[in-house]
Amino acid sequence: MPSFVDPAKCDGCKGGEKTACMYICPSDLMVLNVEAMKAYNQEPDQCWECYSCVKICPQGAISVRPYSDIVPLGGIVQPMMSSDSIMWTIQFRNGNLQRFKFPIRTTPEGSIDPKNAAHKGKDLASERLSDEEVDNVTLKRPIAIHGK
Amino acid sequence: MALPNKPAGELPATLDPAIVELDTDILIVGGGMAACGTAYEIKKWAPEGTKILLTDKAALERSGAVAQGLSAINTYLGENTPDDYVRMIRNDLMGIVREDLIFDCGRHVDRSVYLFEEWGLPIWKTLEDGKTVDGAQGAPILKIGTKPVRSGRWQIMINGESYKRIVAEAAKAALGSENIIERCFIVKLVLDKNEPNRIAGAVGFSVRENKVYVIKANAMLVACGGAVNVFRPRSTGEGMGRCWYPVWNAGSTYTMCQEVGAEMTMMENRFVPARFKDGYGPVGAWFLLFKAKATNTLGENYMATNAEMLKQYPPYGLAKVPASCLRNHLMLKEMREGRGPIYMDTPTALKNLSANMTPKEVKHLLAEAWEDFLDMSVGQAGLWAGTNTEPEKVGSEIMPTEPYLLGSHSGCCGIWVAGPNEDWVPDAYKIPYKGKNYKGMTTVNGLFTAGDGTGASGHKFSSGSHAEGRQVAKSMSRFFTDNKDFKPTLNQSAKELADIVYKPVKTFMEHYQKSTAADVNPNYIKPAGFQRRLMKITDEYGAGIATSYVTSKAMLDRAFSLLGMLREDSEKMAAGDLHELLRAWENYHRLGTVESHLRHILFREESRYPGFYYRSDFDLVDEKNWKCFVNSKYDPAKKEWSVFKKDYIQIIPD
Repeated sequence: MPSFVDPAKCDGCKGGEKTACMYICPSDLMVLNVEAMKAYNQEPDQCWECYSCVKICPQGAISVRPYSDIVPLGGIVQPMMSSDSIMWTIQFRNGNLQRFKFPIRTTPEGSIDPKNAAHKGKDLASERLSDEEVDNVTLKRPIAIHGK
Repeated sequence: MALPNKPAGELPATLDPAIVELDTDILIVGGGMAACGTAYEIKKWAPEGTKILLTDKAALERSGAVAQGLSAINTYLGENTPDDYVRMIRNDLMGIVREDLIFDCGRHVDRSVYLFEEWGLPIWKTLEDGKTVDGAQGAPILKIGTKPVRSGRWQIMINGESYKRIVAEAAKAALGSENIIERCFIVKLVLDKNEPNRIAGAVGFSVRENKVYVIKANAMLVACGGAVNVFRPRSTGEGMGRCWYPVWNAGSTYTMCQEVGAEMTMMENRFVPARFKDGYGPVGAWFLLFKAKATNTLGENYMATNAEMLKQYPPYGLAKVPASCLRNHLMLKEMREGRGPIYMDTPTALKNLSANMTPKEVKHLLAEAWEDFLDMSVGQAGLWAGTNTEPEKVGSEIMPTEPYLLGSHSGCCGIWVAGPNEDWVPDAYKIPYKGKNYKGMTTVNGLFTAGDGTGASGHKFSSGSHAEGRQVAKSMSRFFTDNKDFKPTLNQSAKELADIVYKPVKTFMEHYQKSTAADVNPNYIKPAGFQRRLMKITDEYGAGIATSYVTSKAMLDRAFSLLGMLREDSEKMAAGDLHELLRAWENYHRLGTVESHLRHILFREESRYPGFYYRSDFDLVDEKNWKCFVNSKYDPAKKEWSVFKKDYIQIIPD
C-alpha cells in the first residue's frame, strides 16, 4: 500500500493547522479524514515510497508496506530521524536485522543565515553569480574554440 | 452502504472557486533544485522593492526530484575543466548538445556545491593520508581545496538524506516565506494581450481549498521538472509509483511552455536508465565506487563480449565510457537473445574490496552500500529486505526501465533557450529581445526555464540545476530591470481562465449522478483512466517496453490517431475533489509532452539513441543528415505545429 497509517498511533495531528503527513507529501497522497481524525494514503499506486511522511510523523504512526506487486511480505524498512542523523532499521523477510545510522546535516535546522542570503550583487551586467562576485572569481572561457 | 457515485477524497471541489488575482514582477513556478537556486539568488540582483513570488504544487521542503534525498552529487568539477565536461556530455548524448549551456553550467556548478556544504550538507572527504570520512566528521571544506570522495570522474558522495530540506531552507530564508505559495499548482501560462509573443502571467489552483490563482508577471521562470509515468511502466500495480524519476514530475514544464509558443528542442531524446530491477535503486555507486560487474546468465560481462557492436557507432561507442544508450543497446541484445536475467555481481565486488580490510572496515563498506539506497531510493531497500537480498551473499537483477523525459539527468529533451552573454557563444544560440540577450530565456519573451526544462543540455543533475537556477535569477533580474515599464495584460479574463482550470470539476458535477459508480460513466473520463490509456498508446506504438523500444512511421501514425482522440477526450476529464483536479491537469500535461516526444521521433529519420529507442525504418545513426537539433514550435494563434532542423555548432574542439 506503500505508506500506511497505524490507527492506534495517528491522532490526526490533533486537528491542528497542519496535518504533518498531508503537509509534506510531494505527491499529495496523505489526507486527513476529519471525522475519524486519522490520516491515510489516498492513492497508493502513485506513492514513490519517498518516506517523507514516515520521517515527519510526530507520532511514529506511519510505515511502509512495500509494493504488493513487487515485494514479498515480511520485510520492513523503518527510519528514525533526529536533528543531525537518521537511524534505519531493516528487517528481512527471514528475520535478519540490520541497523544503520547516517548523518543528515552538520548545522542546526533553521541556521542558514539570511544575512548572507541578503547580500546585494553589484555588477548586473556580468555573468558572475553573487558569491563569485564576492570572491572575485574570474570566469572561465573555453581553452580553445573549434575551428578558430 | 452508500453507492460509490460521489466524489472520492477528503477535499471536495466546488463549482464556485474563489478567484485570487495577484500581481508580481517576477514569478517562479516550481520548487525543485532549479527553482530553489533562483529563489536563493534573485533578491541579490533584482532592484529594491521588486515583487517576487514562488509557487510550488507541493511543500518546498520535500518537493522536486531531490525530495527523498540523494546519495551523490553527480556534477562537481573540482580538478576537471568545463571543456572536458562538455566533451563527456557531448559523447554521452550522441553528439548533439548545446555546448555553450553545458560549459556555462560547468564553470558555475561548484559554487552551488560550496553553498550546500556551508549550509550543512555532509559531503564525504578524502584526507591527505588517503583515508575517507563521511560528511559529519569535521574535515576541512571543499572550498579550500579538500578532496571529495569521487565515485566517478564527476560524481562525489554525500550523506544526502536531507539535501532538499537544506536547499529549501536556504531558498526560503533568502526569498522570505511570505513570498512562497505552497500547494499551488500552476497549469497554464498566459500571453500578453497587447505585445505579441510576450509572457504576461499564469493561472493555477490551490490543492487545499477551492481557489484559483490568476497571476500577472513581467518575467517568469517555469521549472517544474521532467515527465514520469508517460510510458506504461514495468510495474502496473502499486509499483507504478516506484518509478525511477519522481512520480510527481508530470511534464508540466514542457506542455505549459510549448502551448504559449516556446520553441522545443531534442524532444525526441529520452532516458531509459538501467537500474536494479523493480526497485529502481541506483547502480552508479555499485559500478563506479564498488567496481561491480554486470553479467549475463552465462556469467559473461556483456560489455566485453559485445564490444564489437560499439564500433558501429563511432565516435560515441569508442570513447572510454561509451554513451549511456549504447550500454543499454548491448544489454538489450543479451535480453532479446535469452541470456538474461542480467545480474549485478555484488558478492564478488564486495569480496574483492574487503580482501584487505578489517571487519570494522567491511561493516562500514556494507553500510555505504545500503546508504546508497536509503538516501535516495528506500523502496529498493524494501525490495531487498522483502526478498532476503543481502548484497554480500547474492547478486541483484538489473534491467532497463520504461522511458523517461527529462533535461537535467542523463537526458536532454526540453526547451530552446538563450546561451550566456559571451563572445564565444554563436549568435544562433542567442535570443535577442529589444537588442539584448538573456541567458535562459525561451523564445517567448520574458519566459525563462532551467533544470529539466532546458533542452540539449543534460548531465546538470541536482547541483547543475541549482546553479542554472541561480544564473537565470540574475538573467531575469536583468530582464526585469530593462523592461520595468511593461504592464502585463492577460489575453483572457480572470473568470475565463478560472473556468478553464475548473472545467474537470464542472464536468464531474454535471454528470456523476448518471451512474451508480463515479469512475464508470459514459459522459467523462477520470484522470487515472486517462493516464492508463496514454501509457498504453505510448508503450505499444511509441517505442516503450512492449516492443523493446522499437517504433516506426506506421506505428507512430497509429499512435497519433489514438492520441488525437485522447486529446479530444481530455476535454471530458472529470474531477470530483481537489486531488483529482491535480491529477487531471498533470495528465493533461503528460499528454502534451508525449505528443511532442513522438512528433520529434517521427521527424528525425534515424535512430540517434540506440538502446533508448529504435526506428525500425531508419535503424542507423545518420551523421550525414541528422547531426543537428530537431526543434519544434506551436503557433498559439494558428494552433499549428512546425518541426524543423536546427544547426548544431561545435564550440569545444574534439
